[in-house]
Amino acid sequence: MASINLIVNGKQRVVDVDPKTPVLWVLRDHLDLVGTKYGCGIAQCGACTILLGDAAVRSCQLPVSAIQNKPITTIEGLSVNGDHALQKAWLEYDVPQCGYCQAGQIMTAAALLRKTPQPTDAEIETVMNGNLCRCGTYLRIKEAIKTASNVQR
Amino acid sequence: MKNPKTSLSRRSFLKTSALVGGGLMISFGWSSFPARANEILSNEEALTELNGYIKIATDGTITIMSPNPEGGQNVKTSMPMIIADELDADWKSVIVEQADLNTKYYTRQFIGGSQAIRQGWKTLRTAGATARQMLREAAAQTWQVSVDEITTDLGMLYHKASGKASNYGAMASAAARIEIPKDVKLKDVKDFRIIGTSQKNIDGQKIVMGKPLFGIDTKREGMLIAMIVHPPAFGMKIKSVNDSAARKMPGIRDVFTVKSMSDDYERTFFDTCTFPEVVALVGNTTWEVMNAKKALKIEWEPFKSHTIERSMFGRKQTVTIPSGLESTTGHIKMMADLMARPATVARKDGDPEGAFKTASKIIERTYSAPFLAHNCMEPMNFFADVTGERAVLIGPLQKPELTEQTLSARLGLPLDKIEIKMTRLGGGFGRRSYAHWLLEAALISQKMKAPVKLIYSREDDMTSGIYRPMYMATYRAALDENNNLTALHVKTGGIPESPLEANRFPAGAVENYLAEEFTVNSNLTTGSYRAPRSNFMGAVEQCFLDEVAEAAGKDPIDFRLELLDRAIKNPVGKNNDYDAIRYAGVLKLVREKSDWGSVQPNVHRGVSAYFCHNSYVAQVLDLTIEKGVPNIQRVCCAVDCGIVVNPDAATNLAQGAIVDGIGVALYGELTLKDGVPEQNNFNKYRMIRHSEAPKAVDVHFVKNDIDPTGMGEPTFPPVFGALANALYKGTGKRIYDQPFGKNIQASEKTG
Repeated sequence: MASINLIVNGKQRVVDVDPKTPVLWVLRDHLDLVGTKYGCGIAQCGACTILLGDAAVRSCQLPVSAIQNKPITTIEGLSVNGDHALQKAWLEYDVPQCGYCQAGQIMTAAALLRKTPQPTDAEIETVMNGNLCRCGTYLRIKEAIKTASNVQR
Repeated sequence: MKNPKTSLSRRSFLKTSALVGGGLMISFGWSSFPARANEILSNEEALTELNGYIKIATDGTITIMSPNPEGGQNVKTSMPMIIADELDADWKSVIVEQADLNTKYYTRQFIGGSQAIRQGWKTLRTAGATARQMLREAAAQTWQVSVDEITTDLGMLYHKASGKASNYGAMASAAARIEIPKDVKLKDVKDFRIIGTSQKNIDGQKIVMGKPLFGIDTKREGMLIAMIVHPPAFGMKIKSVNDSAARKMPGIRDVFTVKSMSDDYERTFFDTCTFPEVVALVGNTTWEVMNAKKALKIEWEPFKSHTIERSMFGRKQTVTIPSGLESTTGHIKMMADLMARPATVARKDGDPEGAFKTASKIIERTYSAPFLAHNCMEPMNFFADVTGERAVLIGPLQKPELTEQTLSARLGLPLDKIEIKMTRLGGGFGRRSYAHWLLEAALISQKMKAPVKLIYSREDDMTSGIYRPMYMATYRAALDENNNLTALHVKTGGIPESPLEANRFPAGAVENYLAEEFTVNSNLTTGSYRAPRSNFMGAVEQCFLDEVAEAAGKDPIDFRLELLDRAIKNPVGKNNDYDAIRYAGVLKLVREKSDWGSVQPNVHRGVSAYFCHNSYVAQVLDLTIEKGVPNIQRVCCAVDCGIVVNPDAATNLAQGAIVDGIGVALYGELTLKDGVPEQNNFNKYRMIRHSEAPKAVDVHFVKNDIDPTGMGEPTFPPVFGALANALYKGTGKRIYDQPFGKNIQASEKTG
């Protein structure tokens, strides 16, 4: 066990955990931020995606010790009122079916748009390939990302 | 339409009226008053309940209880839309809440068979219409006018002659004192204002903000985390457990074995449980429990062949569970052996063998499909808080009513001491009908005397069985010298169930027809998987018909329409389970919308049509082949599901099922070696990803006034056939075994 300083969604947080604990479980079990989802535990499905700085990372494979004093953003911190361009576009296209993977999809898309504000279809596909949607909402996800990228322009 | 009876007694009205003081409860299909106190809204006095589905606040805000579990099929939006339409509510002011399991208020709180909208249609409409009628009568009494002069519009009551107006909220408590109408008039289809309009997912905002909606998000004061270890192979059971190291791991509270099913319990349909005894680990946090699992030392041993008693919808069965460590290669051989022997005849029309003897051309093909894991994105989990007197269960499941009965028997607690709250399901697809994890969670909580959330790891989930069965089918067709289809023979079987639907098309369209089936026993468990049986039969039948059409020198759509024309004008046999006119309707619609017959360079097209779960679907799939890899450009889908309640949501569901079906057809398989599943996570079990989805899916609905049928499953089976038929056009090779992806590569290598 160790005391670890975190910066989560702009707030300082301190947790007392095994430093090897994946960020996913620190968020879910210790910080009550359950929007970040467990899907596979081996960085294959993307349901646990968060932002480390501006980059999308799989929190299920990231030990909490690696993010000491580095800012992370979870779906709960993407916007205060759920009005990020991606969240609004997701609602416009009514993307979700079961909804379980969608927070991870949105976080991966958020990192994409920070790096590449006007992605091509191929760039969207390549980046989003790391996020599984079992319900098959991929077409709407792509449309929502394109719409959000136009809003941002 | 004939006015439906509301099945209410005066007695129930009086009792419930007294119970909630000013409000009242009605329900449909039962006549006694509710026994559970937790449904009374004691601290919400401003709310008046007009029935089990509808609560109205004094300010006019309407809360509609959505009865069924929501797993992505949109029922939490579309079922309340039906109520709101008949209530003549303003949809924008409606709040939707998920109802708990309540067998006294609601019927069929299930996910299964794409039946929620079809079977809920009249009940939901009646709930809305009855409440509206009571509000009108309350206004008539208050204003001292005839009820016939009271109109409603968007949550308002009007009396035109006097100019009086009131919102529903102001009349709700008076309405609650009105006797429940014995029958009510439902709207004409042309008067629907919400049904048939596209409304957004009621939980959309919460989903995109990451709010806790799912079972796995459940947290309660003092809650512990539990995980399980189950045998590593089918055919194995626990021999001994050495937990001394695991117990010393940080955060671990206890380790013990849990037996979810008693040996003498007579199981019902959804009580399938692969591993009746598992090892449970309980601790403070998920990561600590995951680590402790690795420190467990468990000896496993093969179990002996044994029997279990089952009651399948009242029919008693003794099922033999064979011993042994099974492998996929052995499964294929067993099915091929049975395919060569006579099987059980399910239907015979005319003289099929005679027709084959005189045929000028015979086409015979054999198809197969593997076991599939459901792989819901939210792994199996459940919250349980079980004390000596009561049990509270919270989580995602598909058949809460049946699971509650099983849990009641297992805990020895009466049903009224069990409370099941349904969370949003992170996918179901059939898997969450088999709720052995709920039983495990309850037993773990009971033993710990504490609230517990049980979580399966992805590996535990994917290797715990309840798979889509493995199937094989051989089709034979006889053509005469004029290329007419004179006989059709299908022989099919599976492990452990047959997928045969003997009375489906092309039965009824062929003079001489024979359908046979067989089963292979196994210690593997299987269960419902999106469009059970149809997901195989639709695929292979539509591949075969494509090949027969080609042999007959006919366009594949014309060929199907010719057969359907026979089924319309002069059907063979009496038990055909489809409407040939509606079947032909979707084929004609897809022919028009896909611009069938047009040719684009390097684009290969396949068509398919299937009827299941009461709905009719036809699809045309376009693909290109680049470096041996199919790129799906477009799928055009025509659907006849009657009235479409929420068109954009129905479109989303069809698009998703098509993407899902393409993924399963190309990549899906769960194989076994010596009883051990060879795939246990998404690095080995390939799922379709963004870049592999079609570039476009357009969905077209047949417009009619027929009562609605399901959308969750029927658009799934046909895409397998459309894909296979397009692949043939692109590669020149027919693929007979799923998953196609593996076999495209194999044919590339050898070819």
